[in-house]
Amino acid sequence: MPVSDISAALKQQVMDALQDATPLDILGSGSKSFLGHARHEMQIDVSSNRGIVEYDPSELVLTARCGTTLQEIEAALDEASQMLAFEPPHFGSNATLGGTIACGLSGPRRPYSGSARDFVLGCKLLNGHGEILSFGGQVMKNVAGYDVSRLMAGAFGTLGILLEVSLKVLPRPPASITVARECSPAEAIASMSALLGKPYPVDGACYHGDKCYVRISGSAQAVREARNKIPGDEIPDADALWHALREHELPFFGGHLRNGNGALYRIMVKPAAAPLHIEGSWLLDWGGAQRWLYSDEDIGTIRHRVKLAGGYVSMFRNDARDNSRMDQTEVFEPLSPPLLKLHHRIKAGFDPKNIFNRGRMYADL
Amino acid sequence: MPHQHEKIAAPATESNNRLIGALRSFLPPESVLADAEDLHPFECDGLAVYRQLPMAVVLPETIQQVQKIMQLCHAHQVPVVARGAGTGLSGGALPLSDGVLLSLAKFKNILHVDPHNGMATVQPGVRNQAISEAAAAFGLYYAPDPSSQIACTIGGNVAENSGGVHCLKYGLTVHNILMLKVVTMEGELLTIGAETLDSPGYDLLALMTGSEGMLGIIVEVTVKLLPRPERAQVVLAAFDDVEKAGKAVGAIIAAGIIPAGLEMMDKPAIRAAEDFVHAGYPRDAEAILLCELDGTNAEVSEYILAVRKILNGSGATEVRTAADEAERQLFWKGRKSAFPAVGRISPDYYCMDGTIPRHQLPRVLRRIGEMSKESGLAVANVFHAGDGNLHPLILFDANREGELHRAEELGRRILELCVEVGGTITGEHGVGIEKIDAMCTQFRGAELNQFHAVKAAFDPAGLLNPGKAVPTLHRCAEFGAMHVHHGQLPHPELERF
Repeated sequence: MPVSDISAALKQQVMDALQDATPLDILGSGSKSFLGHARHEMQIDVSSNRGIVEYDPSELVLTARCGTTLQEIEAALDEASQMLAFEPPHFGSNATLGGTIACGLSGPRRPYSGSARDFVLGCKLLNGHGEILSFGGQVMKNVAGYDVSRLMAGAFGTLGILLEVSLKVLPRPPASITVARECSPAEAIASMSALLGKPYPVDGACYHGDKCYVRISGSAQAVREARNKIPGDEIPDADALWHALREHELPFFGGHLRNGNGALYRIMVKPAAAPLHIEGSWLLDWGGAQRWLYSDEDIGTIRHRVKLAGGYVSMFRNDARDNSRMDQTEVFEPLSPPLLKLHHRIKAGFDPKNIFNRGRMYADL
Repeated sequence: MPHQHEKIAAPATESNNRLIGALRSFLPPESVLADAEDLHPFECDGLAVYRQLPMAVVLPETIQQVQKIMQLCHAHQVPVVARGAGTGLSGGALPLSDGVLLSLAKFKNILHVDPHNGMATVQPGVRNQAISEAAAAFGLYYAPDPSSQIACTIGGNVAENSGGVHCLKYGLTVHNILMLKVVTMEGELLTIGAETLDSPGYDLLALMTGSEGMLGIIVEVTVKLLPRPERAQVVLAAFDDVEKAGKAVGAIIAAGIIPAGLEMMDKPAIRAAEDFVHAGYPRDAEAILLCELDGTNAEVSEYILAVRKILNGSGATEVRTAADEAERQLFWKGRKSAFPAVGRISPDYYCMDGTIPRHQLPRVLRRIGEMSKESGLAVANVFHAGDGNLHPLILFDANREGELHRAEELGRRILELCVEVGGTITGEHGVGIEKIDAMCTQFRGAELNQFHAVKAAFDPAGLLNPGKAVPTLHRCAEFGAMHVHHGQLPHPELERF
């Protein structure tokens, strides 16, 4: 794999764009370009800023340039029996580290191990003044200055270009099994949320196709012990199931392609929240805390119902929809007016000319 | 750390009197303090070498009162410093002579424990340990456990992003909270984060955590609760060489084991602790490691065996597993008493809080040893070895001419060393006023400017805890000049804000 540091060239491109405030669309591999709003004509390709900069397994820290593919990072970790514990979805074979952090997405292990942002320790950032800045570092504990590195996770590149990220990594559990049992959605929610309060080594729980699946991972002893406390039958080829869930490759996620209408919504609720009565098909992940819905219902109606249950909604995929700002529907949950005002001020503090991924998250942000 | 001197309150001005009058118009009389004798209990936090009387202290008990206080102070352009239990170790809650000190001491209710969703909503003045006590009935607890957990409050924990001895496995405050209610300097009430695992928009929860009262007043906190592990067990290992102990730490982690706690102490710290609490530590060891494993019963047994094998293989002179819960508590008591134990053998000590990449430990300890000899001041080291957070305790006697100054100088050099090896000037105690100059070593002007831009987004008027946490570039320029003058302050009569 080629290794290159193109931060100087990227800085020059940003300086040029700043001259006449040209909006820039930050592009890694493009694997998550379906998320959020707006494409701009001028792209800044960061995918060749790549290479693992530092990785010492006994430090539990990996630092890489942001164009490095997740695949390469996971292969390096795998050799040392370690992993990215937030189990990031790739959504494409060349998914990059930068895009993964910028989108802030996490996989099935998230409720048990933490999210993408939880594992961010530091970053190198190119801001909207054309400055290259370093925040955080390569150590677990660091309270010097505001936590700008974690702010970048889930900011969709609107605050600057991530050049380099340091992540905490963890050992891969030596043993793992998955058990499944048939039940109703309500029973699945009850048992998955009850497991969140039990000291068992569970690191995945989902419900789809009338079955509740629970993944148990840890030392061989711990897995054996927990196996006897969690109901269900052990399933073969469990890795394929969790991989397909993480990558949205289960048949459930292909539903919209066949019908051609409806959208995929990501619904965040408290894990124990009762099943929501919204027409469509459902898949529950994260022990009930993240729920996927394919529905033809109006997004306003969905938002209203979810809000009543104490949650919020993002429109995750809608192939029929125009992704540009022509469509004014907010893809992400709208913010309260005082919070939105604060977001604008923060954005202005990093990117005063509003050149980075303008409008990707919210209008004008 | 400055030379200790106490300052008197600023003389009452007409404008201040008007503000105090306005505060008294809606707060009960006992909730607005403005007489010097009432102000004294608030003059410092846990770093008592810095003292300052505020113009006034307010003790609101509702969010609406906090909002009104902030609106008034904003209108009068008076700075506000928030305070929890005042146990902070970096002077973050040090009052300002022309400012209002806002105490959250009356916000001490646990509002809601939700065992089904593993969360609790509490007011900011609730003590850290009280949350775990309230959750215990459900087999749950709140994981971060700073050593001051009996007294420190959750609001202060959020402001400082407090850690504890279990950070490597369970994370810091930032990993264990879900939602905050925050009042801005302008008096606006914001909800940051959500009761769900993720929340929409920017991760402002990360920005607020560890922001040291610079961005907003925390008036409500929703924390995550975790299931209490079935079993915890601790192994004590002794070494005749600090380097071997350091390598053993790396070997445990390389074996794929994440201990719940992994602590190291060097000889001076071992002896002080042993003499104080008789924890059964080997007094002749150059270093000891305490390795705690938690999880299910069988899992802990399996890992204890593995860890013992690694420790023996790393050249430990002795490996002991706590025989029972009482001995486990005793092993921990020694470690947790290390600071007061050092306080017994030295009239004063200065606690540092650097973090370093773990493999740099031998080099850093060797350099600290050399610098300690050069300065003529002894140093005892306790180390959160799992996450690289080092607490060198510099022993000195403030009554001896020049020793405080030498301790400060040695502390400054230790922090510079931490930055030099790729670490940071503060792992968990915060910058506050204490390490404001060290920030100039860690960050360049461009990063500091970015921090100021973040601050301005939340607090455009710059009235929240001004002068703490992030130095001005002007200040760093002056600090740079101090280096040239061998640490001699150009204007010792000036406050070092």
